[in-house]
Amino acid sequence: MIAEKNPVKRLGNQLFFTGPTFFAFIMTLLVPFGYGLYLTLFEMAGVQSTPVFVGLENYVMALQDTEFWASMWVTLKYVGATVIFVNILGFALAYLVTAGVKGQNFFRTALFTPNLIGGLVLGYIWQFVFVTSLPVFGERFDIEILKLGWLGDEVLAFWALVIVTIWQSAGYMMIIFIAGIMNVPKDIIEASTIDGANAWQRLINMTLPMMVPSFVVTIFLTLKGAFMVYDINYALTQGGPYGSTKMASMHVVGLAFDQSNFGLGQAEAIVLFAVVAIATGLQVYFSKRLEVEA
Amino acid sequence: MSLRKYGTNILIYAFLILSFVVFTFPFFLLIVNSFKDNGEIMRDPFSLPQTYDLDQFFGVIKAMDFATTFTNTFFITFMSVLLILVFSGMTAHYLVRNSSLFNNTFFAIMVASMIIPFQALMIPIIYIYGAKFGLIDTAPISLLIGLYVGFGASFATFVYHGFIKSIPLELEEAALIDGCNRIQTYFRIVFPMLTPTSVTIAILNVLWIWNDYLLPSLIIYNEDDLTMPIKMKVFNGTYMDNWELLIPAMLMTILPILVAYLIGQKFIIKGVMQGAIK
Repeated sequence: MIAEKNPVKRLGNQLFFTGPTFFAFIMTLLVPFGYGLYLTLFEMAGVQSTPVFVGLENYVMALQDTEFWASMWVTLKYVGATVIFVNILGFALAYLVTAGVKGQNFFRTALFTPNLIGGLVLGYIWQFVFVTSLPVFGERFDIEILKLGWLGDEVLAFWALVIVTIWQSAGYMMIIFIAGIMNVPKDIIEASTIDGANAWQRLINMTLPMMVPSFVVTIFLTLKGAFMVYDINYALTQGGPYGSTKMASMHVVGLAFDQSNFGLGQAEAIVLFAVVAIATGLQVYFSKRLEVEA
Repeated sequence: MSLRKYGTNILIYAFLILSFVVFTFPFFLLIVNSFKDNGEIMRDPFSLPQTYDLDQFFGVIKAMDFATTFTNTFFITFMSVLLILVFSGMTAHYLVRNSSLFNNTFFAIMVASMIIPFQALMIPIIYIYGAKFGLIDTAPISLLIGLYVGFGASFATFVYHGFIKSIPLELEEAALIDGCNRIQTYFRIVFPMLTPTSVTIAILNVLWIWNDYLLPSLIIYNEDDLTMPIKMKVFNGTYMDNWELLIPAMLMTILPILVAYLIGQKFIIKGVMQGAIK
Protein backbone atom coordinates (compact mmCIF):
# COMPACT_ATOMS: atom_id res chain seq x y z
CA MET A 1 0.00 0.00 0.00
CA ILE A 2 1.40 3.34 -1.03
CA ALA A 3 -0.36 6.34 0.47
CA GLU A 4 0.53 9.96 0.04
CA LYS A 5 0.22 12.17 3.14
CA ASN A 6 -0.78 15.24 1.19
CA PRO A 7 -4.49 14.93 0.28
CA VAL A 8 -4.17 17.10 -2.84
CA LYS A 9 -1.34 14.97 -4.16
CA ARG A 10 -3.31 11.89 -3.29
CA LEU A 11 -6.35 13.03 -5.24
CA GLY A 12 -4.06 14.03 -8.11
CA ASN A 13 -2.56 10.55 -8.32
CA GLN A 14 -5.95 8.86 -8.03
CA LEU A 15 -7.24 10.97 -10.90
CA PHE A 16 -4.15 10.46 -13.03
CA PHE A 17 -3.99 6.69 -12.60
CA THR A 18 -7.66 5.75 -12.54
CA GLY A 19 -9.35 8.78 -14.13
CA PRO A 20 -9.16 7.86 -17.83
CA THR A 21 -10.24 4.24 -17.32
CA PHE A 22 -13.00 5.10 -14.87
CA PHE A 23 -14.29 7.82 -17.18
CA ALA A 24 -14.31 5.55 -20.25
CA PHE A 25 -15.89 2.72 -18.25
CA ILE A 26 -18.60 4.94 -16.79
CA MET A 27 -19.41 6.53 -20.15
CA THR A 28 -19.42 3.22 -22.06
CA LEU A 29 -21.03 0.84 -19.59
CA LEU A 30 -22.54 2.42 -16.48
CA VAL A 31 -24.30 5.41 -18.00
CA PRO A 32 -25.70 3.50 -21.02
CA PHE A 33 -26.75 0.62 -18.77
CA GLY A 34 -28.57 2.93 -16.36
CA TYR A 35 -30.04 4.97 -19.17
CA GLY A 36 -31.04 1.72 -20.87
CA LEU A 37 -33.04 0.66 -17.81
CA TYR A 38 -34.74 4.06 -17.84
CA LEU A 39 -35.51 3.77 -21.57
CA THR A 40 -37.43 0.54 -21.05
CA LEU A 41 -40.14 2.63 -19.38
CA PHE A 42 -40.86 4.46 -22.61
CA GLU A 43 -42.31 3.70 -25.98
CA MET A 44 -40.12 4.96 -28.79
CA ALA A 45 -40.16 4.54 -32.53
CA GLY A 46 -36.56 5.35 -33.45
CA VAL A 47 -34.04 7.88 -32.18
CA GLN A 48 -35.82 10.98 -33.44
CA SER A 49 -39.31 10.32 -32.07
CA THR A 50 -40.58 11.67 -28.76
CA PRO A 51 -40.61 9.01 -26.03
CA VAL A 52 -43.95 8.29 -24.39
CA PHE A 53 -43.93 7.06 -20.79
CA VAL A 54 -45.59 3.64 -20.58
CA GLY A 55 -44.34 2.27 -17.24
CA LEU A 56 -43.64 -1.43 -17.25
CA GLU A 57 -45.63 -2.12 -20.39
CA ASN A 58 -42.52 -2.97 -22.42
CA TYR A 59 -41.67 -5.76 -19.99
CA VAL A 60 -45.22 -7.09 -20.16
CA MET A 61 -44.95 -7.07 -23.96
CA ALA A 62 -41.52 -8.72 -23.76
CA LEU A 63 -42.98 -11.54 -21.69
CA GLN A 64 -45.77 -11.99 -24.25
CA ASP A 65 -43.51 -11.75 -27.31
CA THR A 66 -43.60 -15.35 -28.53
CA GLU A 67 -40.98 -14.67 -31.20
CA PHE A 68 -38.58 -13.48 -28.51
CA TRP A 69 -39.09 -16.57 -26.38
CA ALA A 70 -38.76 -18.79 -29.44
CA SER A 71 -35.40 -17.10 -30.14
CA MET A 72 -34.46 -17.55 -26.48
CA TRP A 73 -35.23 -21.25 -26.75
CA VAL A 74 -32.98 -21.54 -29.84
CA THR A 75 -30.30 -19.64 -27.89
CA LEU A 76 -30.56 -22.07 -24.95
CA LYS A 77 -30.23 -25.09 -27.23
CA TYR A 78 -27.26 -23.45 -28.96
CA VAL A 79 -25.65 -22.60 -25.61
CA GLY A 80 -26.08 -26.18 -24.41
CA ALA A 81 -24.67 -27.72 -27.57
CA THR A 82 -21.68 -25.38 -27.96
CA VAL A 83 -20.67 -25.38 -24.27
CA ILE A 84 -20.60 -29.19 -24.22
CA PHE A 85 -18.89 -29.83 -27.55
CA VAL A 86 -16.40 -26.94 -27.49
CA ASN A 87 -15.17 -27.98 -24.05
CA ILE A 88 -14.98 -31.71 -24.81
CA LEU A 89 -13.13 -31.15 -28.08
CA GLY A 90 -10.93 -28.41 -26.62
CA PHE A 91 -9.91 -30.63 -23.74
CA ALA A 92 -9.37 -33.68 -25.95
CA LEU A 93 -7.11 -31.69 -28.27
CA ALA A 94 -5.19 -30.17 -25.34
CA TYR A 95 -4.70 -33.64 -23.86
CA LEU A 96 -3.35 -34.97 -27.15
CA VAL A 97 -0.99 -32.07 -27.88
CA THR A 98 0.53 -32.38 -24.41
CA ALA A 99 1.02 -36.18 -24.68
CA GLY A 100 4.58 -35.65 -25.86
CA VAL A 101 4.27 -36.62 -29.55
CA LYS A 102 6.53 -34.98 -32.13
CA GLY A 103 5.18 -31.88 -33.83
CA GLN A 104 2.77 -30.96 -31.06
CA ASN A 105 3.69 -27.28 -31.29
CA PHE A 106 2.78 -27.33 -34.97
CA PHE A 107 -0.65 -28.74 -34.13
CA ARG A 108 -1.19 -26.17 -31.38
CA THR A 109 -0.45 -23.35 -33.81
CA ALA A 110 -2.63 -24.76 -36.59
CA LEU A 111 -5.62 -25.60 -34.39
CA PHE A 112 -5.69 -22.07 -32.93
CA THR A 113 -5.87 -20.46 -36.39
CA PRO A 114 -9.71 -20.42 -36.74
CA ASN A 115 -9.77 -18.04 -33.78
CA LEU A 116 -8.23 -15.30 -35.88
CA ILE A 117 -11.34 -14.92 -38.02
CA GLY A 118 -14.15 -12.71 -36.85
CA GLY A 119 -17.76 -13.76 -36.68
CA LEU A 120 -18.96 -11.99 -39.81
CA VAL A 121 -16.30 -13.18 -42.24
CA LEU A 122 -16.42 -16.56 -40.52
CA GLY A 123 -20.11 -16.81 -41.39
CA TYR A 124 -19.49 -15.87 -45.03
CA ILE A 125 -16.65 -18.36 -45.41
CA TRP A 126 -18.76 -21.18 -44.02
CA GLN A 127 -21.64 -20.17 -46.23
CA PHE A 128 -19.35 -20.99 -49.11
CA VAL A 129 -18.40 -24.27 -47.43
CA PHE A 130 -21.99 -25.35 -46.77
CA VAL A 131 -23.63 -24.01 -49.93
CA THR A 132 -21.02 -24.70 -52.58
CA SER A 133 -18.21 -26.93 -51.36
CA LEU A 134 -19.64 -29.73 -49.22
CA PRO A 135 -22.39 -30.72 -51.68
CA VAL A 136 -19.72 -31.22 -54.40
CA PHE A 137 -17.69 -33.29 -51.96
CA GLY A 138 -20.79 -35.29 -50.97
CA GLU A 139 -21.71 -36.04 -54.60
CA ARG A 140 -18.21 -37.21 -55.43
CA PHE A 141 -17.79 -39.57 -52.50
CA ASP A 142 -21.50 -40.37 -52.25
CA ILE A 143 -21.91 -39.12 -48.67
CA GLU A 144 -25.63 -38.57 -48.28
CA ILE A 145 -25.48 -36.06 -45.41
CA LEU A 146 -23.11 -33.72 -47.27
CA LYS A 147 -25.23 -33.67 -50.44
CA LEU A 148 -27.99 -31.77 -48.62
CA GLY A 149 -28.22 -28.01 -48.50
CA TRP A 150 -27.55 -27.58 -44.78
CA LEU A 151 -28.53 -23.94 -44.53
CA GLY A 152 -31.94 -24.57 -46.11
CA ASP A 153 -33.00 -27.15 -43.53
CA GLU A 154 -34.22 -26.06 -40.09
CA VAL A 155 -32.45 -28.76 -38.08
CA LEU A 156 -29.25 -28.85 -40.15
CA ALA A 157 -28.95 -25.04 -40.20
CA PHE A 158 -28.97 -25.04 -36.40
CA TRP A 159 -26.22 -27.66 -36.34
CA ALA A 160 -24.29 -25.73 -38.96
CA LEU A 161 -24.17 -22.83 -36.48
CA VAL A 162 -23.02 -25.17 -33.73
CA ILE A 163 -20.34 -26.74 -35.94
CA VAL A 164 -18.93 -23.38 -37.02
CA THR A 165 -18.82 -22.21 -33.40
CA ILE A 166 -17.01 -25.38 -32.32
CA TRP A 167 -14.64 -24.95 -35.24
CA GLN A 168 -13.83 -21.40 -34.20
CA SER A 169 -13.52 -21.66 -30.43
CA ALA A 170 -12.24 -25.19 -29.71
CA GLY A 171 -8.65 -24.08 -30.47
CA TYR A 172 -8.82 -21.19 -28.02
CA MET A 173 -10.18 -23.39 -25.24
CA MET A 174 -7.47 -25.91 -26.13
CA ILE A 175 -4.81 -23.29 -25.31
CA ILE A 176 -6.43 -22.57 -21.93
CA PHE A 177 -6.58 -26.32 -21.20
CA ILE A 178 -2.91 -26.74 -22.19
CA ALA A 179 -1.99 -24.08 -19.63
CA GLY A 180 -4.06 -26.00 -17.06
CA ILE A 181 -2.56 -29.39 -17.90
CA MET A 182 0.98 -28.02 -17.66
CA ASN A 183 0.11 -26.71 -14.20
CA VAL A 184 -0.85 -30.15 -12.89
CA PRO A 185 2.09 -31.16 -10.65
CA LYS A 186 4.19 -33.89 -12.32
CA ASP A 187 4.90 -35.67 -9.02
CA ILE A 188 1.29 -36.66 -8.34
CA ILE A 189 0.97 -38.06 -11.87
CA GLU A 190 4.20 -40.03 -11.39
CA ALA A 191 3.11 -41.23 -7.98
CA SER A 192 -0.16 -42.55 -9.40
CA THR A 193 1.72 -44.25 -12.26
CA ILE A 194 3.95 -46.04 -9.74
CA ASP A 195 0.84 -47.03 -7.80
CA GLY A 196 -0.35 -48.78 -10.96
CA ALA A 197 -2.89 -46.36 -12.42
CA ASN A 198 -3.25 -46.65 -16.20
CA ALA A 199 -3.55 -43.66 -18.55
CA TRP A 200 -7.34 -43.64 -18.39
CA GLN A 201 -7.41 -43.80 -14.58
CA ARG A 202 -4.81 -41.03 -14.37
CA LEU A 203 -6.95 -38.85 -16.64
CA ILE A 204 -10.20 -39.43 -14.75
CA ASN A 205 -8.90 -39.49 -11.19
CA MET A 206 -5.89 -37.17 -11.25
CA THR A 207 -5.82 -34.78 -14.21
CA LEU A 208 -9.52 -33.94 -14.55
CA PRO A 209 -10.12 -32.98 -10.89
CA MET A 210 -7.02 -30.78 -11.01
CA MET A 211 -8.36 -29.11 -14.15
CA VAL A 212 -11.53 -27.73 -12.58
CA PRO A 213 -10.16 -24.15 -12.46
CA SER A 214 -9.53 -24.32 -16.22
CA PHE A 215 -13.03 -25.63 -16.81
CA VAL A 216 -14.47 -22.78 -14.73
CA VAL A 217 -12.79 -20.35 -17.13
CA THR A 218 -13.59 -22.16 -20.38
CA ILE A 219 -17.21 -22.89 -19.50
CA PHE A 220 -17.67 -19.28 -18.42
CA LEU A 221 -16.20 -18.03 -21.71
CA THR A 222 -18.18 -20.42 -23.91
CA LEU A 223 -21.40 -19.79 -21.97
CA LYS A 224 -21.06 -16.02 -22.19
CA GLY A 225 -20.00 -16.11 -25.84
CA ALA A 226 -22.88 -18.39 -26.83
CA PHE A 227 -25.56 -16.30 -25.11
CA MET A 228 -24.36 -13.13 -26.79
CA VAL A 229 -23.68 -14.59 -30.25
CA TYR A 230 -24.71 -12.34 -33.10
CA ASP A 231 -22.19 -12.14 -35.94
CA ILE A 232 -22.16 -15.83 -36.92
CA ASN A 233 -25.92 -16.04 -36.62
CA TYR A 234 -26.34 -12.99 -38.82
CA ALA A 235 -23.74 -13.92 -41.43
CA LEU A 236 -24.27 -17.68 -41.75
CA THR A 237 -28.02 -18.28 -41.59
CA GLN A 238 -29.56 -14.77 -41.27
CA GLY A 239 -31.81 -16.46 -38.73
CA GLY A 240 -33.31 -18.64 -41.45
CA PRO A 241 -34.76 -20.80 -42.77
CA TYR A 242 -38.05 -19.15 -41.75
CA GLY A 243 -36.59 -17.64 -38.58
CA SER A 244 -35.87 -21.08 -37.13
CA THR A 245 -32.26 -20.25 -36.16
CA LYS A 246 -32.83 -16.67 -35.05
CA MET A 247 -31.27 -16.28 -31.61
CA ALA A 248 -32.05 -13.76 -28.87
CA SER A 249 -29.35 -11.21 -29.77
CA MET A 250 -30.34 -11.20 -33.40
CA HIS A 251 -34.00 -10.87 -32.48
CA VAL A 252 -33.21 -7.84 -30.29
CA VAL A 253 -31.05 -6.18 -32.95
CA GLY A 254 -33.76 -6.74 -35.55
CA LEU A 255 -36.44 -5.34 -33.27
CA ALA A 256 -34.40 -2.22 -32.56
CA PHE A 257 -32.93 -1.39 -35.95
CA ASP A 258 -35.21 -3.01 -38.53
CA GLN A 259 -38.52 -2.35 -36.79
CA SER A 260 -37.35 0.75 -34.83
CA ASN A 261 -39.06 -0.57 -31.72
CA PHE A 262 -36.48 0.77 -29.26
CA GLY A 263 -38.47 0.47 -26.03
CA LEU A 264 -39.42 -3.17 -26.47
CA GLY A 265 -35.99 -4.01 -27.91
CA GLN A 266 -34.28 -2.52 -24.89
CA ALA A 267 -36.60 -4.33 -22.47
CA GLU A 268 -35.85 -7.65 -24.17
CA ALA A 269 -32.13 -6.86 -24.08
CA ILE A 270 -32.43 -6.38 -20.32
CA VAL A 271 -34.23 -9.73 -20.05
CA LEU A 272 -31.35 -11.28 -22.03
CA PHE A 273 -28.91 -9.68 -19.58
CA ALA A 274 -30.82 -11.17 -16.64
CA VAL A 275 -30.68 -14.65 -18.22
CA VAL A 276 -26.92 -14.35 -18.86
CA ALA A 277 -26.34 -13.08 -15.32
CA ILE A 278 -28.27 -15.97 -13.77
CA ALA A 279 -26.64 -18.61 -15.97
CA THR A 280 -23.04 -17.41 -15.45
CA GLY A 281 -23.65 -16.77 -11.74
CA LEU A 282 -24.92 -20.32 -11.21
CA GLN A 283 -22.09 -21.76 -13.28
CA VAL A 284 -19.34 -19.99 -11.34
CA TYR A 285 -21.02 -20.79 -7.99
CA PHE A 286 -21.38 -24.51 -8.67
CA SER A 287 -18.05 -25.07 -10.39
CA LYS A 288 -16.13 -23.28 -7.64
CA ARG A 289 -17.44 -25.93 -5.25
CA LEU A 290 -15.81 -28.65 -7.35
CA GLU A 291 -12.30 -27.24 -7.07
CA VAL A 292 -9.72 -29.38 -5.26
CA GLU A 293 -6.33 -28.56 -3.77
CA ALA A 294 -3.25 -30.38 -5.06
CA MET B 1 9.38 -48.15 -27.38
CA SER B 2 6.81 -50.78 -26.63
CA LEU B 3 4.35 -51.90 -29.27
CA ARG B 4 1.49 -50.56 -27.20
CA LYS B 5 2.97 -47.10 -26.92
CA TYR B 6 3.57 -47.20 -30.67
CA GLY B 7 -0.11 -47.98 -31.25
CA THR B 8 -1.20 -45.15 -28.96
CA ASN B 9 0.98 -42.68 -30.82
CA ILE B 10 -0.51 -43.72 -34.16
CA LEU B 11 -3.99 -43.14 -32.75
CA ILE B 12 -2.98 -39.72 -31.42
CA TYR B 13 -1.55 -38.75 -34.79
CA ALA B 14 -4.61 -39.99 -36.62
CA PHE B 15 -6.88 -37.84 -34.46
CA LEU B 16 -4.60 -34.78 -34.66
CA ILE B 17 -4.20 -35.02 -38.44
CA LEU B 18 -7.95 -35.38 -38.87
CA SER B 19 -8.46 -32.30 -36.67
CA PHE B 20 -5.80 -30.45 -38.61
CA VAL B 21 -7.60 -31.12 -41.90
CA VAL B 22 -10.98 -30.08 -40.46
CA PHE B 23 -9.56 -26.94 -38.84
CA THR B 24 -7.66 -25.73 -41.89
CA PHE B 25 -9.61 -26.82 -44.99
CA PRO B 26 -11.68 -23.60 -45.14
CA PHE B 27 -8.43 -21.66 -45.43
CA PHE B 28 -7.32 -23.99 -48.20
CA LEU B 29 -10.63 -23.43 -49.98
CA LEU B 30 -10.26 -19.65 -49.72
CA ILE B 31 -6.76 -19.70 -51.17
CA VAL B 32 -7.33 -22.05 -54.11
CA ASN B 33 -10.66 -20.50 -55.09
CA SER B 34 -9.26 -16.97 -55.02
CA PHE B 35 -7.67 -17.65 -58.38
CA LYS B 36 -10.68 -19.22 -60.09
CA ASP B 37 -13.64 -17.84 -62.00
CA ASN B 38 -17.24 -18.72 -61.08
CA GLY B 39 -17.45 -21.65 -63.52
CA GLU B 40 -14.29 -23.21 -62.19
CA ILE B 41 -15.37 -22.71 -58.57
CA MET B 42 -18.75 -24.34 -59.14
CA ARG B 43 -17.29 -27.31 -61.03
CA ASP B 44 -14.87 -28.21 -58.24
CA PRO B 45 -14.14 -26.01 -55.21
CA PHE B 46 -11.46 -28.45 -54.05
CA SER B 47 -9.25 -28.50 -57.13
CA LEU B 48 -6.14 -26.40 -57.57
CA PRO B 49 -6.57 -23.40 -59.88
CA GLN B 50 -5.59 -23.85 -63.54
CA THR B 51 -3.92 -20.46 -63.69
CA TYR B 52 -2.57 -18.20 -60.98
CA ASP B 53 -3.85 -14.92 -62.33
CA LEU B 54 -3.28 -11.97 -60.03
CA ASP B 55 -5.27 -9.47 -62.16
CA GLN B 56 -8.55 -10.57 -60.66
CA PHE B 57 -7.04 -10.14 -57.23
CA PHE B 58 -6.00 -6.56 -57.87
CA GLY B 59 -9.46 -5.85 -59.30
CA VAL B 60 -11.08 -6.97 -56.07
CA ILE B 61 -8.58 -5.04 -53.96
CA LYS B 62 -9.50 -1.93 -55.87
CA ALA B 63 -13.26 -2.60 -55.70
CA MET B 64 -13.20 -3.09 -51.94
CA ASP B 65 -10.98 -0.03 -51.50
CA PHE B 66 -8.54 -2.19 -49.60
CA ALA B 67 -5.88 0.46 -48.83
CA THR B 68 -8.35 2.84 -47.15
CA THR B 69 -10.29 0.13 -45.35
CA PHE B 70 -7.12 -1.50 -44.09
CA THR B 71 -5.74 1.84 -42.85
CA ASN B 72 -9.00 2.66 -41.03
CA THR B 73 -9.14 -0.71 -39.33
CA PHE B 74 -5.47 -0.58 -38.44
CA PHE B 75 -5.70 2.93 -36.98
CA ILE B 76 -8.80 2.18 -34.89
CA THR B 77 -7.39 -1.12 -33.63
CA PHE B 78 -3.95 0.29 -32.90
CA MET B 79 -5.16 3.38 -31.04
CA SER B 80 -7.77 1.47 -29.03
CA VAL B 81 -5.37 -1.26 -27.96
CA LEU B 82 -2.62 1.23 -27.10
CA LEU B 83 -4.96 3.27 -24.91
CA ILE B 84 -6.41 0.15 -23.28
CA LEU B 85 -2.90 -1.03 -22.36
CA VAL B 86 -1.72 2.32 -20.98
CA PHE B 87 -4.87 3.28 -19.07
CA SER B 88 -5.86 -0.14 -17.75
CA GLY B 89 -2.32 -0.92 -16.57
CA MET B 90 -2.16 2.35 -14.64
CA THR B 91 -5.59 1.77 -13.16
CA ALA B 92 -4.86 -1.81 -12.11
CA HIS B 93 -1.62 -0.67 -10.49
CA TYR B 94 -3.36 2.03 -8.50
CA LEU B 95 -6.17 -0.32 -7.45
CA VAL B 96 -3.69 -2.91 -6.18
CA ARG B 97 -1.53 -0.43 -4.30
CA ASN B 98 -4.28 1.80 -2.90
CA SER B 99 -7.14 -0.32 -1.74
CA SER B 100 -9.94 1.82 -0.45
CA LEU B 101 -13.64 1.09 -0.22
CA PHE B 102 -14.26 3.19 -3.32
CA ASN B 103 -11.49 1.56 -5.33
CA ASN B 104 -12.43 -1.97 -4.32
CA THR B 105 -16.10 -1.40 -5.08
CA PHE B 106 -15.33 0.12 -8.45
CA PHE B 107 -13.09 -2.80 -9.35
CA ALA B 108 -15.83 -5.27 -8.36
CA ILE B 109 -18.32 -3.41 -10.56
CA MET B 110 -15.91 -3.51 -13.49
CA VAL B 111 -15.42 -7.26 -13.15
CA ALA B 112 -19.15 -7.88 -12.82
CA SER B 113 -19.88 -5.72 -15.89
CA MET B 114 -18.21 -8.28 -18.14
CA ILE B 115 -21.46 -10.24 -18.35
CA ILE B 116 -23.53 -7.36 -19.74
CA PRO B 117 -24.47 -8.24 -23.33
CA PHE B 118 -23.65 -5.58 -25.89
CA GLN B 119 -27.28 -5.71 -27.02
CA ALA B 120 -28.32 -4.20 -23.67
CA LEU B 121 -26.07 -1.18 -24.28
CA MET B 122 -26.32 -0.46 -27.99
CA ILE B 123 -29.65 1.39 -28.00
CA PRO B 124 -28.71 3.74 -25.12
CA ILE B 125 -25.29 4.30 -26.70
CA ILE B 126 -26.90 5.43 -29.93
CA TYR B 127 -29.30 7.65 -28.00
CA ILE B 128 -26.61 9.25 -25.88
CA TYR B 129 -23.88 9.68 -28.47
CA GLY B 130 -26.08 10.09 -31.52
CA ALA B 131 -29.21 12.00 -30.56
CA LYS B 132 -27.90 13.84 -27.46
CA PHE B 133 -24.23 14.64 -28.09
CA GLY B 134 -24.15 14.17 -31.85
CA LEU B 135 -20.73 12.53 -31.72
CA ILE B 136 -21.78 9.84 -34.20
CA ASP B 137 -22.05 12.58 -36.82
CA THR B 138 -19.17 14.79 -35.78
CA ALA B 139 -16.42 12.51 -34.46
CA PRO B 140 -17.28 8.86 -35.15
CA ILE B 141 -13.72 7.49 -35.12
CA SER B 142 -12.75 9.12 -31.81
CA LEU B 143 -16.06 8.02 -30.32
CA LEU B 144 -15.48 4.46 -31.48
CA ILE B 145 -11.97 4.38 -30.00
CA GLY B 146 -13.28 5.82 -26.73
CA LEU B 147 -15.99 3.15 -26.57
CA TYR B 148 -13.45 0.40 -27.23
CA VAL B 149 -11.34 1.73 -24.35
CA GLY B 150 -14.42 1.58 -22.13
CA PHE B 151 -15.48 -1.91 -23.26
CA GLY B 152 -11.93 -3.26 -23.05
CA ALA B 153 -11.11 -1.68 -19.68
CA SER B 154 -12.72 -4.31 -17.44
CA PHE B 155 -10.96 -7.34 -18.83
CA ALA B 156 -7.57 -5.62 -19.20
CA THR B 157 -7.69 -4.14 -15.68
CA PHE B 158 -8.72 -7.54 -14.30
CA VAL B 159 -5.79 -9.36 -15.95
CA TYR B 160 -3.25 -6.65 -15.03
CA HIS B 161 -4.59 -6.62 -11.46
CA GLY B 162 -3.77 -10.31 -11.06
CA PHE B 163 -0.18 -9.87 -12.22
CA ILE B 164 0.60 -6.65 -10.38
CA LYS B 165 -0.31 -8.37 -7.12
CA SER B 166 2.68 -10.68 -7.64
CA ILE B 167 5.18 -7.82 -8.07
CA PRO B 168 7.02 -7.16 -4.77
CA LEU B 169 6.09 -3.81 -3.24
CA GLU B 170 9.71 -3.31 -2.08
CA LEU B 171 10.76 -2.65 -5.67
CA GLU B 172 8.43 0.31 -5.92
CA GLU B 173 9.31 1.58 -2.45
CA ALA B 174 12.97 1.54 -3.38
CA ALA B 175 12.24 3.61 -6.48
CA LEU B 176 10.14 6.06 -4.47
CA ILE B 177 12.93 6.48 -1.89
CA ASP B 178 15.42 7.05 -4.71
CA GLY B 179 13.34 10.04 -5.73
CA CYS B 180 11.00 8.75 -8.44
CA ASN B 181 7.46 10.02 -8.17
CA ARG B 182 4.60 7.56 -8.59
CA ILE B 183 4.16 8.19 -12.26
CA GLN B 184 7.85 7.57 -12.95
CA THR B 185 7.80 4.51 -10.71
CA TYR B 186 4.94 3.04 -12.66
CA PHE B 187 6.28 3.71 -16.14
CA ARG B 188 9.95 2.95 -15.43
CA ILE B 189 9.71 0.05 -12.99
CA VAL B 190 6.28 -1.60 -13.08
CA PHE B 191 5.11 -1.24 -16.68
CA PRO B 192 8.23 -2.87 -18.21
CA MET B 193 7.77 -5.82 -15.86
CA LEU B 194 4.23 -6.26 -17.16
CA THR B 195 5.31 -6.77 -20.79
CA PRO B 196 4.21 -10.44 -21.07
CA THR B 197 0.81 -9.50 -19.67
CA SER B 198 0.57 -6.54 -22.01
CA VAL B 199 1.29 -8.84 -24.97
CA THR B 200 -1.49 -11.21 -23.90
CA ILE B 201 -4.01 -8.40 -23.48
CA ALA B 202 -2.93 -6.79 -26.76
CA ILE B 203 -3.42 -10.02 -28.74
CA LEU B 204 -6.90 -10.71 -27.40
CA ASN B 205 -7.96 -7.10 -27.92
CA VAL B 206 -6.56 -6.92 -31.46
CA LEU B 207 -8.53 -10.05 -32.44
CA TRP B 208 -11.70 -8.60 -30.93
CA ILE B 209 -11.47 -5.05 -32.31
CA TRP B 210 -10.13 -5.98 -35.75
CA ASN B 211 -13.01 -8.38 -36.34
CA ASP B 212 -15.77 -6.48 -34.53
CA TYR B 213 -18.82 -5.77 -36.63
CA LEU B 214 -21.89 -4.66 -34.68
CA LEU B 215 -20.45 -1.67 -32.77
CA PRO B 216 -18.68 0.01 -35.73
CA SER B 217 -21.70 -0.69 -37.95
CA LEU B 218 -23.80 1.45 -35.59
CA ILE B 219 -21.30 4.30 -35.39
CA ILE B 220 -19.58 4.57 -38.76
CA TYR B 221 -21.60 5.65 -41.75
CA ASN B 222 -19.10 7.59 -43.84
CA GLU B 223 -17.95 5.51 -46.83
CA ASP B 224 -14.30 6.53 -46.28
CA ASP B 225 -14.27 5.49 -42.61
CA LEU B 226 -15.51 1.90 -42.97
CA THR B 227 -13.63 -0.95 -41.31
CA MET B 228 -12.89 -4.34 -42.89
CA PRO B 229 -15.84 -6.33 -41.47
CA ILE B 230 -18.34 -3.64 -42.50
CA LYS B 231 -16.79 -3.36 -45.95
CA MET B 232 -17.03 -7.12 -46.27
CA LYS B 233 -20.70 -6.93 -45.36
CA VAL B 234 -21.32 -4.26 -48.02
CA PHE B 235 -19.37 -6.34 -50.53
CA ASN B 236 -21.35 -9.44 -49.65
CA GLY B 237 -24.61 -7.58 -50.10
CA THR B 238 -23.56 -6.21 -53.48
CA TYR B 239 -22.11 -9.39 -54.97
CA MET B 240 -24.45 -11.99 -53.50
CA ASP B 241 -23.14 -15.48 -54.35
CA ASN B 242 -20.68 -14.04 -56.84
CA TRP B 243 -17.92 -16.14 -55.35
CA GLU B 244 -15.15 -15.17 -57.79
CA LEU B 245 -15.28 -11.68 -56.24
CA LEU B 246 -16.27 -12.57 -52.68
CA ILE B 247 -13.60 -15.19 -52.05
CA PRO B 248 -10.59 -12.99 -52.83
CA ALA B 249 -12.26 -10.25 -50.75
CA MET B 250 -12.66 -12.61 -47.79
CA LEU B 251 -9.07 -13.76 -48.16
CA MET B 252 -7.85 -10.15 -48.18
CA THR B 253 -9.94 -9.39 -45.08
CA ILE B 254 -8.36 -12.14 -42.99
CA LEU B 255 -4.89 -12.01 -44.56
CA PRO B 256 -3.39 -9.18 -42.41
CA ILE B 257 -4.27 -11.01 -39.18
CA LEU B 258 -3.21 -14.35 -40.62
CA VAL B 259 0.21 -13.00 -41.65
CA ALA B 260 0.71 -11.32 -38.27
CA TYR B 261 -0.18 -14.61 -36.59
CA LEU B 262 2.20 -16.70 -38.67
CA ILE B 263 5.05 -14.28 -37.90
CA GLY B 264 4.40 -14.09 -34.18
CA GLN B 265 2.77 -17.49 -33.57
CA LYS B 266 5.14 -18.72 -30.85
CA PHE B 267 4.73 -15.49 -28.95
CA ILE B 268 0.98 -15.44 -29.42
CA ILE B 269 0.29 -19.01 -28.25
CA LYS B 270 2.49 -18.39 -25.23
CA GLY B 271 0.76 -15.08 -24.54
CA VAL B 272 -2.74 -16.55 -24.67
CA MET B 273 -1.59 -19.39 -22.41
CA GLN B 274 -0.17 -16.95 -19.88
CA GLY B 275 -3.43 -15.03 -19.84
CA ALA B 276 -5.27 -18.29 -19.14
CA ILE B 277 -3.28 -19.19 -16.05
CA LYS B 278 -4.48 -16.18 -14.14
